[in-house]
Amino acid sequence: MSADLIANVVIAGVLTGLVYGLMALGLSVIFGVVRVVNFAHGEMMTVAMYAATVLFAGLGLGLDPFLAIIPVGAAFFVFGYALQWVVINPFVTRPEHAQFMLLVAVAIILVNALLAIFGPDARGVQTDYQLDSLAMGGILIDKTRLYAAGVALATALGLLVFFKKTRVGTAIRACADNHLGALIVGLHVRRLYALTFGIGAVCVAVAGCAMVALVDVTPSAGPAFTLLAFVIVIVGGLGSMAGALLGGVLIGVSEALAGLLVAPSAKSMFSFGLLIVVLLLRPRGLLGRKT
Amino acid sequence: MDRRQFTIATGAGALAAVSRFGIGRAQTRKLRVGLLLPRSGYLGLIGQSCQKGADLAPGVIKELLGVDIELLNADFESNVDTARTRAERLIGEGANVLVGPFDSGAASAIAQVAEQRQMPFIINIAAAPQITEQGYKFVFRNFQTAGDIVRNGLDLIGDLFAATGAAPRTAVYMHVNDTFGQGMTKAIQAMLPARTKLPFKIVDDIAYDPAAKDLSVEVAKAKATGADFLLLVCRLNDAIILRREMVKQRWNPMGIISPGSPGMYEEQYFKTLGKLASHAISNVPWYNPKAKLTKLVEKAFLKRYPKDQLVFNGLNVGFTFEAILVAADAFKRARSTDPEGLAEAIRLTNITEKMTLGGPIKFNAKGQVEGIGSASLQNLDGMPRVVLPSSAAEAKPVFPAPYYKT
Amino acid sequence: MTRSGRALALIGALLVALPAFAGTYALSVATLILWFAYAGQAWNVMMGFAGQLSLGHALYVGVAGYVAGGLFVHHGVPPVVGLPVAMIACTLGGLAIGSLAFRFGISGVYLALLTIAFAEFTRIGFDHLAWTGGPGGMFLKVGRHGAWDLLNFRGPPIMYYYAALILAALALALCARLSRSRVGFYWRAIREDEEAAKALGINVFRWKLGAVALSAAMTSVAGVFSAFYYNSLFPEQVFGIHRSIEIILGPIIGGVGTLFGPILGAAALTLLSDGITESFAALGWEISGIKQVSYGVVLLRVVMFLPRGIWPALARRLRL
Repeated sequence: MSADLIANVVIAGVLTGLVYGLMALGLSVIFGVVRVVNFAHGEMMTVAMYAATVLFAGLGLGLDPFLAIIPVGAAFFVFGYALQWVVINPFVTRPEHAQFMLLVAVAIILVNALLAIFGPDARGVQTDYQLDSLAMGGILIDKTRLYAAGVALATALGLLVFFKKTRVGTAIRACADNHLGALIVGLHVRRLYALTFGIGAVCVAVAGCAMVALVDVTPSAGPAFTLLAFVIVIVGGLGSMAGALLGGVLIGVSEALAGLLVAPSAKSMFSFGLLIVVLLLRPRGLLGRKT
Repeated sequence: MDRRQFTIATGAGALAAVSRFGIGRAQTRKLRVGLLLPRSGYLGLIGQSCQKGADLAPGVIKELLGVDIELLNADFESNVDTARTRAERLIGEGANVLVGPFDSGAASAIAQVAEQRQMPFIINIAAAPQITEQGYKFVFRNFQTAGDIVRNGLDLIGDLFAATGAAPRTAVYMHVNDTFGQGMTKAIQAMLPARTKLPFKIVDDIAYDPAAKDLSVEVAKAKATGADFLLLVCRLNDAIILRREMVKQRWNPMGIISPGSPGMYEEQYFKTLGKLASHAISNVPWYNPKAKLTKLVEKAFLKRYPKDQLVFNGLNVGFTFEAILVAADAFKRARSTDPEGLAEAIRLTNITEKMTLGGPIKFNAKGQVEGIGSASLQNLDGMPRVVLPSSAAEAKPVFPAPYYKT
Repeated sequence: MTRSGRALALIGALLVALPAFAGTYALSVATLILWFAYAGQAWNVMMGFAGQLSLGHALYVGVAGYVAGGLFVHHGVPPVVGLPVAMIACTLGGLAIGSLAFRFGISGVYLALLTIAFAEFTRIGFDHLAWTGGPGGMFLKVGRHGAWDLLNFRGPPIMYYYAALILAALALALCARLSRSRVGFYWRAIREDEEAAKALGINVFRWKLGAVALSAAMTSVAGVFSAFYYNSLFPEQVFGIHRSIEIILGPIIGGVGTLFGPILGAAALTLLSDGITESFAALGWEISGIKQVSYGVVLLRVVMFLPRGIWPALARRLRL
């Protein structure tokens, strides 16, 4: 097992992990603020991936998935906002199993709509630079993975700035910290929730466009992404954006290493094991705040 | 069983309750073949390819044997549970015999249903050996078991090295981690050590999830072994992902050889990978390009699908067609659609004029045909071409591949 | 007899007499409804009574199926013996998960995620277990069609139907008893307000654990039934999250925490699913996935507008 091999695998793990981290970031924002368990998160990601393929090949536009981020992101913001405002809002105060059932229903609708429209076969994006890699000594870095990670990182930084520096961002954080206090202070909580869901949806949209440049998409890809997002959010820490990214990288690297050292087909087992350990021993995750 | 498959079963419930007593009693002159194929899901493209072989069968068989066949098509969506419920449904709809399913997992499930309901089931393609080791009386397979496939595949590899003068010493073995892959792996592990004629050793065995989208770790591991060539048991989608990943990671071994699996000779492989599809070698049961029946089938195939080529569908069409042929031939001899009679007639099958390589179609006591032959196909000039055995060859094998870098 | 008692007796009589006038397929549909009614009832013990959300209940179905099935395949152990072994295995599993979770104060969403993690972990584990056949699955030898073999749980569809009916009836009776007993009240107290229950001196830890263990044990029976009914087990089908979701759809739609919710929900969902299939077939629309979209939409509306499930609303209407 050479150093080069391990380095290559770890680097790939970090880069992919950043994209997963962005997806999880969306979930963390939604979960942390609106307190809704978005079990349709992975399905939303799948829709974003399909949207990117359509913009690339379907309409003859030839739009590179990384550029597709702009239209897809905008559309998803609107979709997320509307979904929260119309459908999810009454469920914010309902018990978890009801939220779960609601979002499972949404997920069923999304998955099967995709199936009806696109059929069950895998769809991908074949960019010109898809098979390119950068070589540095014995290290090979997949160009597309690098771009994807870069986009994820940039988006995350943008969000950080938004939440820390802008008034709206601060208002949203206030809602998360103290729902009652926010109402008392006169914040329009329902609108802020919808905004938050919209932002979470944008994260998913960006992550989806980046992801489709790396892997093909099928209608049934959703549940795996949803579970992955939850694992990352719990491990990284609820309510912490840096935690979501860190969790993503951690999961990306650990899955890659588990695949390398143990058995490739068992790499997800490691993530779930990690989730169990974290839930039991440190439920707030690595960077989460103590509630 | 989930809701979806369930409604399908119930949808047939009404039909079953009504049609239960209407079929199979009278001596009809039409044979109803219940065809189970994965026309959607991850095996979708392959299932559709098999379907092509089935669709042209009634016409060709009517010409050959004067028998009327009606196809009852069912899509089990690459899902084993669905395969079982669809099989039950087909029986309820009046099928006289079941044919299918391409996948070993589904075959096992359908075999159980067939045996329980005493309905003959002719397997077109499925390699897991245990299917014909259960002592079932109604299950028949006109295809090689994993053991046969591997034995023939390994022998062909030996022939390949002899023909091209290559002598690689190491190979890295990668395989899908499903019923088919496991069966092949067991066979390889059992047979390779005994084949002293083969000069290579397997330095690592890397299993991967057939549904995985990202195989970068697996390929990195394989590349790191420094093996001379890649021995691969795959499916279509993962074969494509692997080849791409090999290019990304700049891994250029002497070649990719499959001792017997689908994927690399399929049309989608060529379409998606373009030039990168070249020089992959698949040793699979195949049709004899020079057989009389092959030419008949090819004519019918090109008439129905003028834009397609038989060679991209060879295995799928050949064995699916033959399975229906077996059913029709038995029907002709049994002269009734009664399942017991049909099963008995199938047991006595002896078809010498066939399309695929190897000996006649004759079922042994376990319901298995012995002596089916394999060919070595190499992807050359955008098509899979038979390069071995030399008696059926259309081109000369090339090994190592031109992209090989020491 | 009360109104509800009369209604129950009528339905019971209908169900017992069903095989006389239903075809094989209708029977298999009914068997499946009863299975889901039973499994849903088992899940309901943990969630509806004690308020602990489990989203990984397929774990118990799978483990039980594989334990009893594995013993049958590898050692010829008949399911009558395999069943108690499977039940013990699942109860122990439930106790392990429960005690870990409650010891560390896990509840709500986190508990739900924990159960999912355990189910997924087990699924991937079984994918790599040679003894159970790995991803290739485990196949149980089928018996002769028609012969009743109770010891090995083999027989014609009618046998499975009555077995499922008996299970569902027993579960209903058990839950009815429990809900009126002291345990039932403890559970309801814990569900409503755990802190208050603790303050009242209820050993919250013990009773929560009890709910989990009972739920696991009951679900395991469904698992063994399933294994010997379908005769094949695959980790993906048996442990997958979609299986867990299926099990809880019934009780949630029907009414969590109610006695008749699981049964009503299971029946309603199946009939809904059928109805949609039939309508689409009649219209001639053959697009794959379109049925499920409609199914999802109806599900969505039920969840949105009947927050406590169908049963409470129905019971009010029928004045039961």
